[in-house]
Amino acid sequence: MTSLSFPNLLEPRSPMRFVPLAILVAVLATLPFVLPNVWYFDVAIRIAANITVVIALNLLIGHCGQISLGHAGFFGLGAYGSAILTSLYAWPPMLALAATAIVVGLLAWLVAVAILRLQGHYLAMATLGLGIIVSIVLTNESAFTGGPDGMSVPDFAVFGLRIAGEKAWYWVFAGLVVAAVVFATNIVESPAGRALRALHGSEIAARVVGIDTASFKTRVFALSAVVAAVMGSLSAHYMGFITPGVAGFSKSVELVTMVVVGGLASVWGSVFGAALLTLLPDVLAHLEGWETLAFGMILVATMIFLPRGIVPSLVAFFTKKEG
Amino acid sequence: MFQFLQLFFTGLTIGSSYALAALGFSIIYNASGVINFAQGEFIMLGGMIAAFLSLAGVPLPVAVIAAVVLVGLVGLLVEKLAIEPAGKTDATGIVIVTIGVSMILRGLVEVTLDKKNHALPAFSGTTPISVLGATILPQSLWVMATTAVVVIALAVFFGRTRWGKGMLATAHNRIAAQLVGIDTKRVLLASFGLSAALGATGGILLAPIATTSYDVGIMLGLKGVVAATLGGLGSGVGAVAGGVLLGLVEAFTAGYVSSAYKDAVPFVLVLVILVVRPRGLFGLGPATRV
Amino acid sequence: MKTSLAGLALALALTTTGSATLAADGPIRIGTVLSVTGPLAYLGDPAAKTLDLWVDRLNAAGGVLGRKLELVSYDDVGEASKANGLVKRLIDNDHVDVVIGSHSTGATMAMVPVVENAHMPLISPAGGAIIIDPVKKWVFKTPPTDRMAAERVYGHMKAKGITKVALLCETSGFGQSARKEAQAVAAGFGVSIVADEAFAPKDTDMVAQLTKIRDAAPQAVFVLGTNPAAAIVTKNYRQVGLTQPLYQAHSVTSQEYVDLAGAAAEGVVAPALPVVVFDDLPSSDPQYPRLADYVGAYRAKFGQDPAAYGASALDALLLYVDAVGRAGTTDRTAVRDALEKTSGFVTTASMVSLSATDHLGLKADTFRMIEVRGGKWHLAP
Repeated sequence: MTSLSFPNLLEPRSPMRFVPLAILVAVLATLPFVLPNVWYFDVAIRIAANITVVIALNLLIGHCGQISLGHAGFFGLGAYGSAILTSLYAWPPMLALAATAIVVGLLAWLVAVAILRLQGHYLAMATLGLGIIVSIVLTNESAFTGGPDGMSVPDFAVFGLRIAGEKAWYWVFAGLVVAAVVFATNIVESPAGRALRALHGSEIAARVVGIDTASFKTRVFALSAVVAAVMGSLSAHYMGFITPGVAGFSKSVELVTMVVVGGLASVWGSVFGAALLTLLPDVLAHLEGWETLAFGMILVATMIFLPRGIVPSLVAFFTKKEG
Repeated sequence: MFQFLQLFFTGLTIGSSYALAALGFSIIYNASGVINFAQGEFIMLGGMIAAFLSLAGVPLPVAVIAAVVLVGLVGLLVEKLAIEPAGKTDATGIVIVTIGVSMILRGLVEVTLDKKNHALPAFSGTTPISVLGATILPQSLWVMATTAVVVIALAVFFGRTRWGKGMLATAHNRIAAQLVGIDTKRVLLASFGLSAALGATGGILLAPIATTSYDVGIMLGLKGVVAATLGGLGSGVGAVAGGVLLGLVEAFTAGYVSSAYKDAVPFVLVLVILVVRPRGLFGLGPATRV
Repeated sequence: MKTSLAGLALALALTTTGSATLAADGPIRIGTVLSVTGPLAYLGDPAAKTLDLWVDRLNAAGGVLGRKLELVSYDDVGEASKANGLVKRLIDNDHVDVVIGSHSTGATMAMVPVVENAHMPLISPAGGAIIIDPVKKWVFKTPPTDRMAAERVYGHMKAKGITKVALLCETSGFGQSARKEAQAVAAGFGVSIVADEAFAPKDTDMVAQLTKIRDAAPQAVFVLGTNPAAAIVTKNYRQVGLTQPLYQAHSVTSQEYVDLAGAAAEGVVAPALPVVVFDDLPSSDPQYPRLADYVGAYRAKFGQDPAAYGASALDALLLYVDAVGRAGTTDRTAVRDALEKTSGFVTTASMVSLSATDHLGLKADTFRMIEVRGGKWHLAP
């Protein structure tokens, strides 16, 4: 009986591990038929974009134990890279997206080589600095970026097929969420993934058993940056207008918060963390001025009552009860 | 020459306030190994409470002291109601708790006080003092002098008193500290009270020069954390040096290079210094996690 | 599965006002996206208060076309990407008839593609000229542009024989846009810019920039920024011993600026909307009746003076109500067409006439030149 219970579905080695994925696909496929209006599609798209970024970021924070407080910077670089190349230089959107992602990947890789040997909070500070530098450059180089008032972004098109409107974009973002979940689950379960988890536990132990920790961290950092950049590009095309706020410090903090509240090193934690925290401001929108207070209280309460994050804490709770 | 001097004074004033913020970070970092993202809100609370008391007709010295004490109490409350109950989460989780606390404090001020900017009256007038052709405000002298006094007082506290030594011991080795009978829980509580009061002092001193509002904590907190990182997390000397260095670099960048990119310079500096000296200028810090 | 269902339920629970039935005789729904909190709260707060006040008044007087007005208000926290999502919520979920907002040019521009697509009239109380230039079919704007502010200031300087000016601009959206305009129109007034410095909105000390400006020896300094930074500039200005005339932008023309800058603000000159100096206006002023009504009601309800940003939001509502009255319906296309035909309509700012090529309908003289005397803003002589 326990094999069908909720927690086992989420355990990486459980034979039932495909059930949650099937549920996710089913939910994503049904949503368009039950969502009452276009605004709900917009909410779903924003959630999906965050989930994808957060899943990749969780590989870095949860599995490598490397906190990044500058990931919105990569998101912003992706968004502005696409915006500038497509609108000022008339590049095809797909090419702009790919070029931007490659450049961001290289940049992240270079940075990683330089700063990933830093420990704990120093790494956090270095990434924080990086993110803020990006956002200051985006704010000041108004000849390219339109400055703090932002710039508009042309529609997205692949091979002559134009993607416009919430309903079309929904399928793009939903597909990316599924891809991210599958990809991350595979990484986590691969030998490399187990090595990654070992990193979070003890770096020296991992090194002792012959794992090239530095190389792993560098690659995961670059990977998470590329994912953020690609989602930045797509979000920019979807919204049609961007401002430097997308690269801001508070956005970086938001992403880390989603990772931790959902649960470190948990793919499904990222899904729930990103979904809940993206929804929260919309749910609180009628509180008029009390949102900040309410958001803060929910954050603190979550960490007090679900100290390992929502999904891992609940899994532990149910496992204990039923075991 | 006098432009150099003018920029130097400016940098020293701002740097002193960064140093106070950085000291607050360092004290909590020492006691708990956590970067307290609510430190900026303590700075904001100090300025805002003092400004409101002063608006309500409370004499300035009373308002200042009351604000410092009140914010110190807020610091204790934060530790008791949020940090301690979250003891089961890991370091990253605690960081999220402090982010949550900062939102609560900011949200509370937003709802209960107001969203406007306020200027506290200067402590001793606004007539600039002329030094070799450059000018300096009396309030700047207050900022520098108070920072100096606070630094000396802290040095005495940590170097000479039983409590201070206990706090330092906890920072070096928590379990050993417990073994020799130091109540590490109370050390953590005290460190929050002390940091909050320090932050409030900085916020109050700065309010007549820089004005204050419910959202000034974010930027001041960031600058403080950068200063603390520059100097080396957990190092008192480092915090002060990092703060002053940051202030001077900002002022000289604005004066000689580009005022638009002045804010980027501290962060570039942090990147460079961390690459060259991964523990900051004065940091000893704990060894690699095993 | 349970958890996913809970998520779905939560998503559906978001419909708080959405499924309201939309009878033709139901209330006219006015959607607002304002920066009620966040760094632009000083703009959004008086605007939200003003709209609440005025909608109550209109309803007490029987509403519009016999229908009550209803506000659906959201806070964009000063973030453009939030505004983009909220305007979709207003249009698709709350089924509003018009959108008013937001105060930052960036947030307004983030809403523009959405309203253009959805054929929803948007009236913005933001400053940037980019909002209505080039003209966008569904987008209108109430306050005069930053370019007009610069023209008024340079005009004032020209009359005083000032030709060498230093600019000191904030790196905020307002500061950058206003700087571009101030550079562009300077030559037309015979003004040359001898120094061009910048500061960030959260900066706490601008002595360094002002020291450089002092060395450039301008005849006047024009500051383009917002509070509190602009007020700190004013204090630093006196500190470094600058004695040339100091001009500020319309963005600081509130009592808050004078309170923050204290004695240093004396003699500062700025362009402003008439509402700021209402007490100085003669009753013969064309804006007097409209303003007397507004300022009186605002003071009675909130015990404080309304800010310029509140007046711009009120103008948006007034323009809309006037257009609905002339269209005789809230049909969006009809109202948009009626808005475009607005002619000789008196707002708190000026006499407004709109057309297919002008969705603003104001001239530079909408701004009055004012100065600080005795701790208050007054009309400049």
